[in-house]
Amino acid sequence: MDKLLQLKNGRPVERSIIPQVPYGIFFKTLANFVANEGFVVQFFAYGSETKGRYRLLAVVRNTELYVIGTEVGTSFQSLTRAASEKFHLFEREIAEQYGIRPEGHPWLKMVRYHPNYSGEADVFANDYQQPIPGNYPYFQVSGEAIHEVAVGPVHAGIIEPGHFRFQCAGEEVLHLEIQLGYQHRGIERLIPTLPQKRLPLIAESIAGDTTIGHNLCLCQALEGLAGLSVSPGAAVVRTIALELERLCNHIGDLGALSQDVAFTPPAAYFGRIRGDFLNLLQVLSGNRFGKGLIRPGGVCYPMAEEQRGLILDKLSEIIPEIEHVCDLLFSAHTVQARFEHTGTVSSEMARELGLVGYAGRACGLPYDARVVFPTECYRQLPGNCNQLTRGDVNSRATVRREEISHSLDLIQLLLDQRATEAVPVKIEEHGLAPNSLVVTINEGWRGELSHCLLTDDQGRIERYKIKDPSFHNWTGLAMSLRNQEISDFPLCNKSYNLSYCGFDL
Amino acid sequence: MESTLSLAIALVTAPLFPGIILKVKAFMAGKKGPPLLIKYFTLFKLLRKGSVYSESSSFIFPLGPTVSLAAALMALLFFPFCGAAPLVSFHGDVIVLFYLLAMGRFFTVLAALDTASPFEGMGAAREVFFSTLAEVTIFTVLILFYRLNSSLSFAEYFRGESPICLLNTSGALLLFVIVSLFMVLLTENSRVPVDDPATHLELTMIHEVMILDHSGPDLALIELGSFYKLFFYAAFISQLCYPFQPADGPLNSLIFYGLITLIYVTVGITESIMARLKMNSVPQFILTSFALVFFAAILTMGVFQ
Repeated sequence: MDKLLQLKNGRPVERSIIPQVPYGIFFKTLANFVANEGFVVQFFAYGSETKGRYRLLAVVRNTELYVIGTEVGTSFQSLTRAASEKFHLFEREIAEQYGIRPEGHPWLKMVRYHPNYSGEADVFANDYQQPIPGNYPYFQVSGEAIHEVAVGPVHAGIIEPGHFRFQCAGEEVLHLEIQLGYQHRGIERLIPTLPQKRLPLIAESIAGDTTIGHNLCLCQALEGLAGLSVSPGAAVVRTIALELERLCNHIGDLGALSQDVAFTPPAAYFGRIRGDFLNLLQVLSGNRFGKGLIRPGGVCYPMAEEQRGLILDKLSEIIPEIEHVCDLLFSAHTVQARFEHTGTVSSEMARELGLVGYAGRACGLPYDARVVFPTECYRQLPGNCNQLTRGDVNSRATVRREEISHSLDLIQLLLDQRATEAVPVKIEEHGLAPNSLVVTINEGWRGELSHCLLTDDQGRIERYKIKDPSFHNWTGLAMSLRNQEISDFPLCNKSYNLSYCGFDL
Repeated sequence: MESTLSLAIALVTAPLFPGIILKVKAFMAGKKGPPLLIKYFTLFKLLRKGSVYSESSSFIFPLGPTVSLAAALMALLFFPFCGAAPLVSFHGDVIVLFYLLAMGRFFTVLAALDTASPFEGMGAAREVFFSTLAEVTIFTVLILFYRLNSSLSFAEYFRGESPICLLNTSGALLLFVIVSLFMVLLTENSRVPVDDPATHLELTMIHEVMILDHSGPDLALIELGSFYKLFFYAAFISQLCYPFQPADGPLNSLIFYGLITLIYVTVGITESIMARLKMNSVPQFILTSFALVFFAAILTMGVFQ
């Protein structure tokens, strides 16, 4: 513990004070930390001054945020098997991005299928001239009654590409392996090359359904490094926007869950109500997904009385309707029969995997970044608590229902009490503090979003690291399917509704 | 002549009724829904297209749609529409009839397996399992009917002195049969709560997934076959509800199609007020229909008298 440096969400620290320890100590410190209710927020590699040597940086949290760094060559001892599953994907990502091999990793496999940044020999011995990711021997179960079902990357319906490989015994799924990376765009590498003005546009496109969340992380990081402060009025607008985004998605997903069990009336009603919330985002920002609203230093469109009135009116009309449709969905016993005991992840498993967001809360991990690492107006707002934490589809749906009413309360509190005057922010280049590190965390609608920015001695962005909550939660989906019926996969999948492009970056 | 005419009317109007289900479902969801004639439009659209065949499929694959449509058509030949004599009828034709339908399914399953797609194999396994269970109900119904009217011919059930009907003696037993047959109708025609005809999720499908690889005119034949099959079950149930006398003429047709519409509306309402069952509780649902009919059959054995 004493080796770790405590960080504040969104506050930059100089890179020189980040503890740089030998790998052995790094390993031991992290292993101890995650064993006691500690979770990994970020764990990534970046280049060092010496060729063939790389820096590793880990940002971890319990109720506070900590950072620790080390330097390694082209291999290091894997923490996954020795310490915790929480490092699993992070280590694979490090191997893929910098060609550094985590020795003893139990399932070393590429994450997104791209050549590494450092020019080291490829850890997976892939030939990237071959255009198809997923060129990889999948985990296989053998036996007479075992059959394999491959789904995707092209799916029926308009959803994102991902490959799912099921090992089944009859209708029962023994193992599900999820291969993503089909939408890898190289955002982390792109960001340091771009002028600052374009960065919010890129952040808004990391995952289209988390426009506000990712952009907020980026803007807070730039604000931290440039020493900008956000006026209270702008912070209110940002908070409302983030909550509206949560509402749109939770409501849309409850509708989709209803559709997946062939219970059509709530699906139609939820679909319409989701549209109403997208329209409220448009009232706030001129765009149904909130694009162009948040920029470093504040917001482009402060909220005037007119917008406040429109939102309040719509909310008073829509809140009883939401109550009504939720009752329709949650009181139908045939729906309950489908939701309950489907796709269960135990609390221990969720803790071991480090699930975040509603997926974690439905398993009894109460972590909510709005409470633990509050930004914008969240410090003054009440938190939420969840009653149903059995880890099944029903719990995930119920947690979302509870979050919908919580978010509605938050928006009403903000609209009722606060002055929202603000000056529209001007888009300009800001000088960033050189040789600094900033970590920002926000509770996006899926869960903990985190961006991490390292500047060089000129104040340019040297390394930009993005983590979408899906990065933690995809493994949760795979675990949900263990010993489930394969016909329940779509339902389980929708109860998580993870991001493909947010993962693929 | 009258028999040919009533069969022709049935064949032409069968695609209309699934449109009613869609309308009812749309109404229950607060939507406008597609036009009533949507299924005719779909058929014409499909017939104008070409079919695509996988290189790995064999001659069995195009046989699936043809045989399943032919089987459904043939089943209708035995049917005494509104009490009129059917085109074909002989002692024991009920057995032939239900096995014709089974043959249609057999070829659909073969065509599905022929594609060697893991989805279609899964769908085929489910379809075969569930329809085997439904067959138990159907044959118990036949046993019950034999007890009631000592015939093994579809036409004789509903014609003659004592037709099997809700409004005749021992009609109370038919309440069980009607409920069971409605459950079998939902099962055999892949409706909610057994299957979801509207889903796009292959992993949850039963019937739809077996026909994923069919396209164009082939798909049109399958669709048409499924309309006839659904119509057959609906007509079967409506015959049980009302004793049609050939003498009544046009009034018969009115009542007949009125009852059929009612059955389709009931399907639409059922689909709107309940979610699909979990796959592993589908057998329970089907066996419930068996239990109901079996109970009715026991009552005819005279054990309680």
